[in-house]
Amino acid sequence: MKTNDLILQTTTKVVVFIILLFAVYIFFAGHYTPGGGFVGGLLTSGAIVLLLLAFDLKTLQNFLPFNYIYMIAIGLLFSIGTGAGSLLFNVPFLTHAFTHIDLPILGDLSLHTATLFDLGVFLVVVGVTMTIIQTIGGDE
Amino acid sequence: MFHTAILIAILFIALAMLGFIYRAIIGPTIPDRVIALDALGINLVALTALISIVLDTNAFLDVILLIGILAFIGTVAFSKFLEKGEVIENDRDR
Repeated sequence: MKTNDLILQTTTKVVVFIILLFAVYIFFAGHYTPGGGFVGGLLTSGAIVLLLLAFDLKTLQNFLPFNYIYMIAIGLLFSIGTGAGSLLFNVPFLTHAFTHIDLPILGDLSLHTATLFDLGVFLVVVGVTMTIIQTIGGDE
Repeated sequence: MFHTAILIAILFIALAMLGFIYRAIIGPTIPDRVIALDALGINLVALTALISIVLDTNAFLDVILLIGILAFIGTVAFSKFLEKGEVIENDRDR
């Protein structure tokens, strides 16, 4: 029997953007409030899993053509590169730095290199979770 | 006065959760248990909100949205498993 997933698919199209926005918020708020790269990555993969539930592996591969194995590698490169970049300035490995920048619209913005490290954690968490789920979920 | 009202609300939410736990254990069919677990998640949202009022902090407000999202995804996954027998399909047009 062919089932009809219209309600689930329409709900997913709305809810996925809310979850992704919440994931981005929780990623950037991690410095001052609870959150950070790990929870943000898990929420992002939760949104992708919801897409997988409403649609299928083939549609998602057309929609988000990522190779999640490469995503893990890029995330590890981000983390190691942030750590090794401090060696260029004659300070110990993984020393972080921050600065304040005045942008026209956003105002006073404090940029911290820990965000780049967190971005690496984010990419690795999304990559690992989606690799596990796609490997187990794809039955062929 | 306000504090007492919050504590009474926590007590009643906990009693409601006990009722849902009873339904999740006893429930004759699997969908009964899925609905009970979904409602338990929503009651957990209410409990988190009330406890964050008692502790006078807004650090748990992210947890509320997180529990809501996770309960939704979990319930959708389980109902798709009950309906189709597989959670993630390879190609649904086939």
